[in-house]
Amino acid sequence: MNPDTTALPLADEKHLPMPRIALSMTINGARYDIETASTATLLDVIRDQLGLTGTKKGCDMGGCGACTVLVEGRRIASCLALAASFSDAVLTTIEGIGTADRLHPLQAAFIRHDALQCGYCTPGQILSGIALLSENPRSFEEIREGMSGNLCRCGAYPGIVAAIAEVAGL
Amino acid sequence: MSGPSFRYIRAARLDDALSQGARQGATYLAGGADLLPLWKAGLAAPTEVIDISRLPLSQVSYAGDALAVGALARLSDVSAHPVVKRHHPMIAEAILASASGQVRNLATIGGNLLQRTRCTYFRTDGLACNKRDPGSGCGARRGESRHAALFGGSVGCVATHASDLAVALAALDAEISCRGLTGERRLALQDLYPLPGATTAPDTSLADGEMITAVHIDGAARFAAQSTYLKVRDRASFEFAVVSVAAALRIERGVIAEARLAAGGVAPLPWRLGRSEAALIGRAPTGEAFALAGELAVEGATPLAGNAFKVPLLHNAVIRALQTVGEGS
Ligand SMILES: Cc1cc2nc3c(=O)[nH]c(=O)nc-3n(C[C@H](O)[C@H](O)[C@H](O)COP(=O)(O)OP(=O)(O)OC[C@H]3O[C@@H](n4cnc5c(N)ncnc54)[C@H](O)[C@@H]3O)c2cc1C
Ligand code: SF4
Ligand code: FES
Ligand code: FES
Repeated sequence: MNPDTTALPLADEKHLPMPRIALSMTINGARYDIETASTATLLDVIRDQLGLTGTKKGCDMGGCGACTVLVEGRRIASCLALAASFSDAVLTTIEGIGTADRLHPLQAAFIRHDALQCGYCTPGQILSGIALLSENPRSFEEIREGMSGNLCRCGAYPGIVAAIAEVAGL
Repeated sequence: MSGPSFRYIRAARLDDALSQGARQGATYLAGGADLLPLWKAGLAAPTEVIDISRLPLSQVSYAGDALAVGALARLSDVSAHPVVKRHHPMIAEAILASASGQVRNLATIGGNLLQRTRCTYFRTDGLACNKRDPGSGCGARRGESRHAALFGGSVGCVATHASDLAVALAALDAEISCRGLTGERRLALQDLYPLPGATTAPDTSLADGEMITAVHIDGAARFAAQSTYLKVRDRASFEFAVVSVAAALRIERGVIAEARLAAGGVAPLPWRLGRSEAALIGRAPTGEAFALAGELAVEGATPLAGNAFKVPLLHNAVIRALQTVGEGS
């Protein structure tokens, strides 16, 4: 069993009495109609309730970018988002980007440029990078600035910047 | 980490929101970028969360040099808006120097102005803090005071306001519109933030349930070509300001006709540097004039042990910002 799903915060005593709400979301093209705690963050719903554990929880306070997902193509920190507020939203998580035999160009570039070590930050880096690419960064400097919301404890920054720059055609 | 339970209500109309928001224990949710961290840390414990994010208050309009930005506009949309970039580039700069892309896509204008202080004693449970636990004392004043205020603090509280946007807005004499059950009012941005008294003060002058609906800047596009937002921080990006300066000049025939200066990271509100502004008027935009403005900017500062370095830092930041702006002349 995936260790991520063993400590379900939505099922512990502290959360059970919470008011629950109905929610529907489209994630990676699939529609989900669920019931969840009114207090749940989008991150906790995605990971613990829907089991899409590619989205990571690092700091849970907006500071690391590991939880980055796309809402209508725009990146957000899902740990800062109240799930209820995103009813009817169209989301993309890392599970919706590429497949093992058909990688997204940025995923392929990450491999070529050694843009990861432990890989924990990578889903967030990829989604953030994809969103940044749609904003047309024009220099390495703009890529560094545009990616400053994604931290990497392994310090793979040079590879990450190089991978994005390659896909941006810089 | 999570806080106590609350009921979630999505406001369908502004009027509904105002009556829901006025109920005891209710709080508004816009982007959630500050409310959720505060809730997780036990610093906000609403019984009802009124989601106002889908109310139609996110328009940016510009007519006759009057800019109006809806309080629910996302930071990223405002910084990318052509009218803002063209007529008020300093606002776009201040926003782009704030937080990260992921946060700016969530955060709204109103929420940014209403974010609570980043004072570590306030944000960390178990430490003395008058703002969190009235009467427990001000930990920052006696302890780690690196981020404490140079101006406007009190024995009770020396917290600084962390919004970058507010500093740029203050320099441009921005006003905010608020709506409550009893009607609408418009006030100067600085009047949103009361100064702390002997213990501390409420963060804002808003009444319970009062909502910010818009931010206005009237007749300030003339500063567009000569304005800048300088943010000094501990790392190059994605960090709050240690000190920041919003500067704008209007130079006519080689002489400064108008000057606007506001500083961030140094007070419980965006701090207008009125004496520096006055001293610049009628002078040529030279190093000498800028040095005088720098000196006057730090007059009256009351540093503590840990933040005395911010006095020369502010002095130099004012000069640097003026040099940047003056270069165009
Ligand atoms: C990691 C991180 C880094 C950051 N860095 C910076 C930075 O460098 N510079 C900077 O300026 N900010 C920074 N911020 C702060 C961020 O900009 C604010 O958290 C954000 O703008 C809050 O806006 P929001 O819409 O999400 O507000 P919310 O969290 O939804 O609301 C905040 C508060 O305002 C109230 N509220 C919201 N809208 C209204 C309204 N219209 N009327 C009345 N009340 C309202 C809510 O009830 C709540 O009390 C950072 C935040 C994070 C998490
Ligand atoms: S400065 Fe204000 S917020 Fe910080 S510890 Fe003192 S009372 Fe609390
Ligand atoms: S887990 Fe959301 S930013 Fe770190
Ligand atoms: S690859 Fe390990 S944290 Fe980035």
